Amino acid sequence: MYFKMFWTFFKIGAFTIGGGYAMIPLIQEEVVEKNGWLDTDEFMDILAIAEVTPGPVAVNTSTYVGYKLKGVKGSLLCTLGTILPSFLIILSIVTFLWQYRQNEVIDKIFLGIRPAVAALIFSAVYKLGKNMKLNWAKIAIAAVTVLLIVGMNISPIYIILVAAFGSIGYFKMKEKDI
Amino acid sequence: MTNLLKLFISFLKIGGFSFGGGYAMLPLIEKEIIDIHGWMTASEFIDILAVVEMTPGPIAINSATFIGYKVAGVWGSVVATLAVILPSIVIILIIAHFLSKFKDSLYVEWAFRGIRPVVLGLILSASIGVSKNAFIDFKSVIIGGVLFYLISFKKLHPILGIVIAGTIGALVY
Repeated sequence: MYFKMFWTFFKIGAFTIGGGYAMIPLIQEEVVEKNGWLDTDEFMDILAIAEVTPGPVAVNTSTYVGYKLKGVKGSLLCTLGTILPSFLIILSIVTFLWQYRQNEVIDKIFLGIRPAVAALIFSAVYKLGKNMKLNWAKIAIAAVTVLLIVGMNISPIYIILVAAFGSIGYFKMKEKDI
Repeated sequence: MTNLLKLFISFLKIGGFSFGGGYAMLPLIEKEIIDIHGWMTASEFIDILAVVEMTPGPIAINSATFIGYKVAGVWGSVVATLAVILPSIVIILIIAHFLSKFKDSLYVEWAFRGIRPVVLGLILSASIGVSKNAFIDFKSVIIGGVLFYLISFKKLHPILGIVIAGTIGALVY
């Protein structure tokens, strides 16, 4: 089990190109769909927590999943798995490959990978949305979020906080009505 | 030794104050590395960013490993990398611990019910952001479209998708 946890996050760390949100489709595939370590709701919750706390989303997620599965030891193991590939790859680049950094083939490979990464994240949205049993209210909240972030450049932290307190207020009032 | 200590403190700060992950960290890294300590020049920093974006892994980890190595060799990269993740690990452990205690609290459940659609919007915004640099011509739109279909509906593993897209990129460009 420990090895499986480590290996899963090692894979996630090794194949996330572009950082941050590019990891979400991989984490979703490995952690939610394949191993069932988190359900979709929990996955969304930890993404929200990762967003309002400092640090890389991948590190936050691996720490959380590791803790949930096997306590502190598990969290350290999963986090180590996530960061080890980057660490090794960067170290080998600075020591051996730095002089080859302008390379035509590498540029071409990345022209192909970039649209793939975008497609990956779109399909993560699609799958998460499907699992969340979207209704009009949820779609409206998601759409407003996109408008605020893409259109007005508002920090996600504020949107999450407003949504959290707004939602508590809404359910509290609903409770009173009944 | 003093350089290692300075690296540790700098990256502890970077890890502790960068909300929103990845790209949100860059201004902080720039300030600590270039402005305060003068460990590298602005153009070296841009070169590093190009490599960091192209290599797998979280941007924060890649930058820490890279800059740590430039400043103090292998030990520098170890120290900087550990320092940058330490705040997240501690904070998430504390939150995970309390969440498992208050899991059944109505307030926590209510809060998250409002937050979940917001997170969906966040991810969608990220994909829109990435699209700007990704879909530059007709070929890239086709690659993206086909991959979206294969991953969403045909259960293609995302890792395999990346490998295939990289190979296609090398062939068609």
